[in-house]
Formats: sequence, C-alpha cells, structure tokens
Amino acid sequence: MKFVLDFWVQLGNWLEGVLSGWGVPVWGVNLIIDIVLAVILLVVGILAVIIFTPMERKVIARMQDRPGPNRVWPYGTLIAFADAIKMLTKEDIVPRKSDKGLHMLAALLVAMPAVLIFAVLPFGRGVIGQNLNVGILFILAIGSIHVLAVLIAGWGANNKFSLLSAFRVVNQLLAYEIPMVLCILAVVLFTDTMSMQGIVERQTIPFFVVMPVAGFIFLICAMAEANRSPVDLLEADSEMVAGYMVEYSGMKFAMFFIAEYVNMFAVAIIISTLFLGGYKFFGLEDVAPVLSPVIVFAKACLVIFVMLWFRGTFPRMRFDQLVSFSWKFFVPLSLVNLLLAALVVKLPIANPKAAPWVEGAVMLIANIALLAVTFFILNRAARRIEGPSALKRIVAVER
Amino acid sequence: MNVSQVVFIILGLVTLAGAAGVVLNRKLFHSALYLILSFVGVAGLYILLEAEFLAMLQLLVYVGAISILIIFAVMLSRNMMSADYKARNTDWGLGVFVAGGLLAVLVLILLRVQWPVAESTVSSGTIAALGQALTSPAHFALPFEVASILLLVALVGAVIIAREK
Repeated sequence: MKFVLDFWVQLGNWLEGVLSGWGVPVWGVNLIIDIVLAVILLVVGILAVIIFTPMERKVIARMQDRPGPNRVWPYGTLIAFADAIKMLTKEDIVPRKSDKGLHMLAALLVAMPAVLIFAVLPFGRGVIGQNLNVGILFILAIGSIHVLAVLIAGWGANNKFSLLSAFRVVNQLLAYEIPMVLCILAVVLFTDTMSMQGIVERQTIPFFVVMPVAGFIFLICAMAEANRSPVDLLEADSEMVAGYMVEYSGMKFAMFFIAEYVNMFAVAIIISTLFLGGYKFFGLEDVAPVLSPVIVFAKACLVIFVMLWFRGTFPRMRFDQLVSFSWKFFVPLSLVNLLLAALVVKLPIANPKAAPWVEGAVMLIANIALLAVTFFILNRAARRIEGPSALKRIVAVER
Repeated sequence: MNVSQVVFIILGLVTLAGAAGVVLNRKLFHSALYLILSFVGVAGLYILLEAEFLAMLQLLVYVGAISILIIFAVMLSRNMMSADYKARNTDWGLGVFVAGGLLAVLVLILLRVQWPVAESTVSSGTIAALGQALTSPAHFALPFEVASILLLVALVGAVIIAREK
C-alpha cells in the first residue's frame, strides 16, 4: 500500500536501491539520479513543444473557422516533427555586420531559463527536481535571464527591428514583472512559504477562487512574460516583422521557438501551482498519487487553452496602452490586493489552519469589493473622458 | 582541498574574469554583459555560503533589474548602433590613482584584520528570521524604512526632472 501511496517517491528510492545494489558509491548514486532527473526534465521540455505546437495551431484554427494543419498524420497532430525537420535543414544565416558572438550567445541563452525553471516545479507530490525553500524566488530570478537573452538577441543582430524590440523588452517586461511579483507575494502571505511544493500543500482552496483579482493579473502578466498574444509586443509581427528574432534562421530560430513553448508550459504549471491547487484535485492525489502528474498536466493544458483563447479573441494592444495598462491598472490593483491579503491573514480567527474556509471567504468578499470599486472608478474616469456611455447616448437620442 | 574550496576558486575566477572583462573590454555593451557574469559569480558565492535567499535576490535585483537598466542606458547612448564604437577614457591617470589607493587600503585591511570564522552551519529558516529582523523596531526597522524613503525621494526626483514643463 505504501508503494501505491507515494509511487513517484518510491520509484526514486527503488532506483537508488538498485544502483547501490550494483556497488555504486553514494556520490555516484546521487550523481546518476541527478543526471537522470535532468534528462527527464529536458525531455519534458521537448515534449511540451511537440504537444503544444499542434495544439496551438489546431485550437487557433478552429477559433478562426479554418481546419489548420491537416496534412501530417493524424489530423496534423505530428506537425511538430515536420517543423523540426524543416528547421534542421534550413541554412544558418548570420548577418554580416552583426555581433556574431552575441548572435550565437542569445540563441544559447534563451532556452536555458525555461528548462532551469522546471527544476523547482512540482509535477506531483514529491515529484519535484529540487524542493528549494526559495522556489518561487528562484523562478523569478531565472526568469530575468530570459529578458537578458532577448536583449542580447535584439542588440546582436544589428537590425532596426530587433533593436526596437529590445527596447520594448525592458519597457514591457519590467512593467509586467512588478504586478506579477505583488500577486505572488499575496499567495506567499497566505501560505507562509516560498517553496513551490509548500504552496501546493498549504493551498486548501485554490487561490484563483480565493483571490480572483490576483489570479487574473498574474495570468495576464505571465502571458506578457511568456510573450503571448495579445501582449506579445516584443515580436508583434504586424509592426516589426518578428522583433528580436528577425535575423535568426534554422536551428537558432528553433531555439527561440522551443523557448517560447517551453516557457508557455512552465508558466502554465506555475499558474496551476500558485492559483489552481497544483497536483491537488478534490482529494484524488491522496487516493491515487500516481495520477498527480496527470492532474498537473491537465491543469496546465487548461491554462494554455485559456491563453490560446485570449489569443484567438483579443486584438493586440498598442504599446503605450499596454505599458500604461500595467502601471496604471495592474500595479495599484495588485498593491491593494496585497494589502487586503495582509489584513486578512492577520484577522483574529481562532485557528486559521483548521478553518481555511473563513479566511478564504473573507478574502473572496474583499476581492469582489475591490473589483466593484475598481470598475466604479474606471467607469467614472471613462465618463469624464468620453462623456456618457454609448448606450446612454443612444437612449438620449431616441428620446 | 575539498569540493567546496574547488567550487569557491572556480566561482571566484568567474567573478574576477567578469570584472576584468568589464574594464578591459572596449565595447560598452560587452562590458555590461561581463558585469552580469561577475554578478552571477557573486550569486554563486552566496549559494556556497548557504545564503540562498540572498543569492536569489542578487540574481533578481542585479542581473534582472540593474544590469538590464545599465544595458538599456548603453543602448540609448549616442552612436551605439554602429559596431565600431569604442569606449575611451582620457582621465585614466586619475583612475589609476584612485583605484590604486583603494586597492592599497583593501590589501591593508585584509592583512591586518583577524577574520572570525562561524563555528556552526547556518540554520535553514533564514528567510523568516530575516523578515523578522527587517520589521522589528529592535533590529533594522528604522534603516529599512529610511532606505524606502530614500528610494521614494529618488523616484519623485526622477519624475520632477522628467516632467514636461
């Protein structure tokens, strides 16, 4: 029974036992297990690309009422392999006046943080590369390497569009990182820990239900960080071709492509860990721990589907609107949310660990009130700028 | 020599190589990148000292924010688009004097001071202790608040300078 209860942990212990049985010294066993883990995490990243490329193309195609890729068997689901072969056979073009070293370095750097982040993501109870007690901070810190890689790519190509895109990186990603961190702080206040596994363990009610404001802001900010439409102003193809990757071809471009999808998957898992309860699903993880990675994957798929839905629905924002959307709307909102979270955590409830529902309910009510106040203020501001709403104008004309 | 000493030497070399790259490189953009390498090396040293929180903050603040802003400033400066722009310094004599003086002071301090060595390893609950220390009036609440007011003043000053008349 023990074996079934924590299957994935037991699997690790079994591997350890087998290796020591062969007479491998302790450091050797640890080294082999670490290498196996690293390879598994890399494979997960590559699998994410293979799964989510066709998913994105198919889902977007259906939303736009067209069949999408339908040549590679079956139903175009193996399109990723065709893509890979195409990329591999393409010529690698390096612009003559570019900074060649940096051009190469950016392609190497860009996929690295996305894979590194996998090391601290909980794919199930105990199924975590390294349960750092500063896990969420690690994710934020490593995420900054991605910004750096994009900056280097934009600079190194010696191309006007790339450089413009590099300017946008700083502007957009810094603007969206601040509300993101503030939302994470609210979660950390509730869970009292920064370890990713700890956050899941102490999350009785998914935080998306408890504080929808933080969840929504985090989703948008994460989309901006992962460079997804409608907040993908870094590569906005209608304005500046493909932004920082305009001069890349062949496998170097493939690195950017891989990084985008691995990033998207990582972001989806982070959202499901922080706001959707991670590997918890109505007690299913206690009954069948073997299924916990499946639960995480299903939640990540759901988040990715929502991202694709956004992409299929909303037009791309104008750049100045995008930046002021973050500074004037998200930052104050997430600040107030953080303040509310701090107040609720300090509420004189007898035993918050025994009755998480009380805390959750108070936070939810506070969040709804916050939303109501926000929309009231926004409505008044809009009326001040544009006069009475369109509906009222129509009514007035008809009278 | 044990493993941690080897790692320390490697990290120290990375940090120093990065720092040397900053001053020896003629291209400003490359210098900024070497500075980041140096920061990463320092973060590695913090991890070696079991100060993971500090290491992560080092990455987040220095690599994620300060270096990016430095690069941004470099990119905004004149003629940076052309690849053959070279950084030049006409005041190198003064620089040698100041840097040499600083080096002499540091070497003197390193030679004279008896450095205390911690006997036990650091406890794992450092984040909570750090948070308590930063917010309790008995410890560092005052400097912490003063630092935030300083940042606020800087912010307001930047807004006033940048504001259109």
